[in-house]
Amino acid sequence: MVRRIFFETARTIVAIGAAFLLALIIIFSVSEDPGFALYHFIVAPLTTMRYIGNILEMTVPFIFTGLAMSMMFTAKQFNLGAEGGFFIGAVGATAVAITFEMPPVVLPFFAILAGGIAGGLGSTVPAVLKAKLNASELVSSLMLNFILFWFGIFLINNYFRDEMAGAMASYRLNPDARLFRILPGTRLHFGFIIALLFVVLVYLFLFRTRWGYAIRMTGQNIKFAEYSGINTTAVIIYSQIIGGFLAGIGGAVELLGMYSRFSWFQSPGYGWDGVIVAIMARNNPLLIPIFAIFLGYLRIGADVMARFSDVPSEVVAIIQGIMIVLVTAERLLAGWKHRVVVREQMKLEELKNGGLNNG
Amino acid sequence: MEVYLEAMEEILRMESITKVYPNGIVANKNVDFSVRKGEIHAIVGENGAGKSTLMKILFGMEQPEEGEIKLKGETINISSPSAAIRYGIGMVHQHFMLVPSLTVAENLVMGIEPKRNNFFFDYKKAVQMTDEVSKKYNLSIDPKAVVDTLAVGKKQKIEILKALVRGAEILILDEPTAVLTPQETKELFEELINLKNQGFTIIFISHKLKEVKQITDRLTILRNGRSMGVHDTKNTSEQEISRLMVGRDVLLKVEKEPAKPGKTVLKTNQLSYYSDADTPVVKKIDMDIKTGQILGIAGVEGNGQGELVDLLTGMKKASGGHILIHGKETTELSVKEVRDMKVSHIPEDRMIYGVSGDGSIEENLISDRFDEKKYNIRLLMNVKKLTELAKQLVADYSIRCASEKQQVRMLSGGNIQKVVVAREFSSEPELIIANQPTRGIDVGSTEFIRKQLVKLRDKGTAVLLVSADLNEVLELSDSLMVMYEGEIVAYFQDASVVTEMELGLYMLGLKRMSEKELGGVMSG
Amino acid sequence: MGSLFDLIFSTTFGYSVLRVTTPILFATLGAMISIKAGVVNISMEGTMLTAALTGVVISGYTGSALAGLIAAVLIGMLLGLVLAYFALNLKTNIILAAIAINLMASGGTIFALFVISGDRGISSSINSQMLPRIIIPIIDRIPVLGGIFSNHNVLTYVSLLSVVLVYILLYKTPLGLRIRAVGENSHAAESVGISVRKVQYISLIMSGAFAGFGGAYMSMGYVSRFSTDMTAGRGFIALAAEALGMGRPLGVLLASLLFGAADALSTSLQRFRIPSEFVQMLPYLVTIIGLIIYAVRQSNATKRHKMEDRV
Repeated sequence: MVRRIFFETARTIVAIGAAFLLALIIIFSVSEDPGFALYHFIVAPLTTMRYIGNILEMTVPFIFTGLAMSMMFTAKQFNLGAEGGFFIGAVGATAVAITFEMPPVVLPFFAILAGGIAGGLGSTVPAVLKAKLNASELVSSLMLNFILFWFGIFLINNYFRDEMAGAMASYRLNPDARLFRILPGTRLHFGFIIALLFVVLVYLFLFRTRWGYAIRMTGQNIKFAEYSGINTTAVIIYSQIIGGFLAGIGGAVELLGMYSRFSWFQSPGYGWDGVIVAIMARNNPLLIPIFAIFLGYLRIGADVMARFSDVPSEVVAIIQGIMIVLVTAERLLAGWKHRVVVREQMKLEELKNGGLNNG
Repeated sequence: MEVYLEAMEEILRMESITKVYPNGIVANKNVDFSVRKGEIHAIVGENGAGKSTLMKILFGMEQPEEGEIKLKGETINISSPSAAIRYGIGMVHQHFMLVPSLTVAENLVMGIEPKRNNFFFDYKKAVQMTDEVSKKYNLSIDPKAVVDTLAVGKKQKIEILKALVRGAEILILDEPTAVLTPQETKELFEELINLKNQGFTIIFISHKLKEVKQITDRLTILRNGRSMGVHDTKNTSEQEISRLMVGRDVLLKVEKEPAKPGKTVLKTNQLSYYSDADTPVVKKIDMDIKTGQILGIAGVEGNGQGELVDLLTGMKKASGGHILIHGKETTELSVKEVRDMKVSHIPEDRMIYGVSGDGSIEENLISDRFDEKKYNIRLLMNVKKLTELAKQLVADYSIRCASEKQQVRMLSGGNIQKVVVAREFSSEPELIIANQPTRGIDVGSTEFIRKQLVKLRDKGTAVLLVSADLNEVLELSDSLMVMYEGEIVAYFQDASVVTEMELGLYMLGLKRMSEKELGGVMSG
Repeated sequence: MGSLFDLIFSTTFGYSVLRVTTPILFATLGAMISIKAGVVNISMEGTMLTAALTGVVISGYTGSALAGLIAAVLIGMLLGLVLAYFALNLKTNIILAAIAINLMASGGTIFALFVISGDRGISSSINSQMLPRIIIPIIDRIPVLGGIFSNHNVLTYVSLLSVVLVYILLYKTPLGLRIRAVGENSHAAESVGISVRKVQYISLIMSGAFAGFGGAYMSMGYVSRFSTDMTAGRGFIALAAEALGMGRPLGVLLASLLFGAADALSTSLQRFRIPSEFVQMLPYLVTIIGLIIYAVRQSNATKRHKMEDRV
């Protein structure tokens, strides 16, 4: 148990280290002034309150999509639909926030709920297809991302579009629906608290409730789960619906916290970020905020670097990729681990034999 | 004969082989092993004694931590199966290494495909090669048959041919008779002796001592990953081999009182199951198990026992007929609903169905009752109570582990089975369906599990025991049925009057009771 | 609706179906080879994207479309190799490793394009080359047939030819036998000394090569430049087409054509009074419906079987 955690941690450190090393090499080879670029990439994001605020506010969507993905990955469902769920969740929240008049607190509550329901409904499609027809949730969720995107755009364009706004954007959201700021001098909003609350809720759900237990057992060994009497069809469905729900809430919270209108005419990509965060956190909800902050730090660092130096921010894409493959590379450090295990067992054997000879 | 054996040259030697698996299990420890050219050499040992590991090392599938291998006096490095094949070592695996959708010829030439125009696969030539080699070694087979459609004995022939066509001189056979009928076994032995006479060296892995006595020249005994020495087969008695294998005289006689059957717990009526392959697997089975009774089902593996168990436990749905538990129809019920009727199930394959290897012992012990009211406080599980339960079960069933939070994968086979048994026996079952409950585990655990079964029977539990281990069914059963090709072909109300010989005739389909006999006995 | 009928049965539509099918067909063939070997490659999307950029950059730099094509295929093979290394040597879950490649490709192409040319998102400053179109001598003269089948980009013909080549590879060569054996029972292949790893490496590299062709077609045939995320899910649609085609070369061709038709329809439908968002959605919707039909048929087949067998 302890040994496993030790080696997993070691692998994460190696993965992050290797990714940074590669980033270093890339920056040195493309930049005229690599020292300057590196400073803005690594140090600058931590120097001002505004940047720290930027990191934390970026963390919010990462946490929600990361939770969504870890819920589905824990059930071994390769549903990659957090992207579409997030987007349609934001659309759902927009619809409520524009249409209804309700007091503060109540309106955002319903707007967020609407976002969650929209996301959950979306992921019902791959969930049911998988459970009832054994159709690959991987493929159907990928297709659904595109469908939800265009469907969301359709709704905004036809029902909520503000022709006066100049650029393509929805009507202004009801100000009562917006989430208030919690850190002066930044845009960090109450959504951050909601996100942390969900971290705890998802942790409790997965590790302290019978439904979470059923999800974990189904993910570990579905045949064992079936044999034990667990309704795995239900698990396959509800794990994905909850995943979509979490992604949808993420979209809603992001929209209400950061924007005054809906103005995404490109999918923001937070679903894929959720995949990264979930993988780095080994699907453990409690680790998700840590890696969400880490990813936010990388992104803000890259943005700052791109603004002040000649290195484009997309260098982060390469760092992320390297981190994912190395963190999930089971054989990485396996040789080391094997040697440690062998040494320990040999010692145990000797003790046993010694004991026998003496006795 | 003795002199002749001594004179034969040593062809292969493995010296102080040690193998530790990543999960920490020491499978081989300083094992020495050598074979002579032209002999049939047995490796005997219990399941888990390290026989398969030793052979996997010889065939390049595993790399040892220590030790070396010498072929004809020269040290060699067998880094992969293809290296082993190059050195003239061939292996017939226990689980056949065949591609079901391909034909016999395609399977045979896989890896050494004949080519046309130096590029295309020459199927005609492959068929021709198959014909030639099968004639040469007298192992007849249709080269164009699709492997999926063939009987087990034929599949094994393909495996032997595969090794021969690649120029193997040393043949390793890993428990080759485990899946064969007696006729097929007889045929196999004739073929093996024929090969031996042609100069082939055969390593025969088995735990069936009769077969070892019958066919081998020498034998090496493994126990607990260590070698217990080499012996001439004809100078060693079965009792002696058995003593060396298990370290003491096997005393698996389970003491039990005569059964006191009460009222019916499980009853089936014309129960049938058809697989997708157009073949009936379970055919119109009628049976009846009462409280305080162990009903054994004997039979060669693969005669529908596994499917029958799946039907009874709700894991498969019947194609026809009825299942009644306590008089209530359960034919269409889910696994959960069947379990809720106090039915426990020890599955055939513990790593696939019985446990989640990645889960902790505790997580595995609660999988059938985690959602019960008494282990939950409203929305949350009562973690404290569940841990207490796990600790209790670990102690009661003497599961050897560091703590109940340890990963099940890290335990030995016997202890993993004890986790399964602890869960299934502790739920106060009224019916236990045990499928091969002691397969592949150590003697200590076997004895423990068998005693527990009898103890539960004495408390009034009905037990359905499915086992391919004749000793086990004969030893434990109060009543006994024999299954052959999906049908019940014999029923003995009193299992103690049945002899192994008689059972054999029914198991092999050489004999069957008439409908009247079966029906008469069952209602009686 | 009459005009819709006219649209579908026009030669222009037939021509455009083949035009838009080409990248999907390449990606589907690549996916099929990888799946046959038991190692599903879902990085077709990112690999195509990377190849598309590589083709534009190299053809622009050398002035040769052929050099661009070769470079695109090589980069595809390289990405196949990288995926194979992580999945087979380092035992990374192959789906996660492929996701990593897709993510890297999406941002990495933008990064590389900017570093190389200073362009943001669209390769407007690179003078990239187009792969030639081919007029097929006799067929070109035949009325309807010529309009549909002639004057396509050379890679369209290559993609159709590839269906035959892949069939020969899989069913008529020793390597094909090994690929199928490895995918169906890798232990069996291993036991006769076939290096499972080597066969899977080869399969993943080949699937990368097909993605390379698909990518080159996107940026040097379908259009004449690179743009951000221009593959727009075609690499994922390929996975659906593979499933729908049941892993057989002919089936895969028909499934790709179906998705191509949906794609072509979405372009043509923009003339009608259907909300453009739904038109955009069409290929993905068809993919899901295709998946459903396939899955229903599969599960019905099993059910029917059981019903017939019932006593």
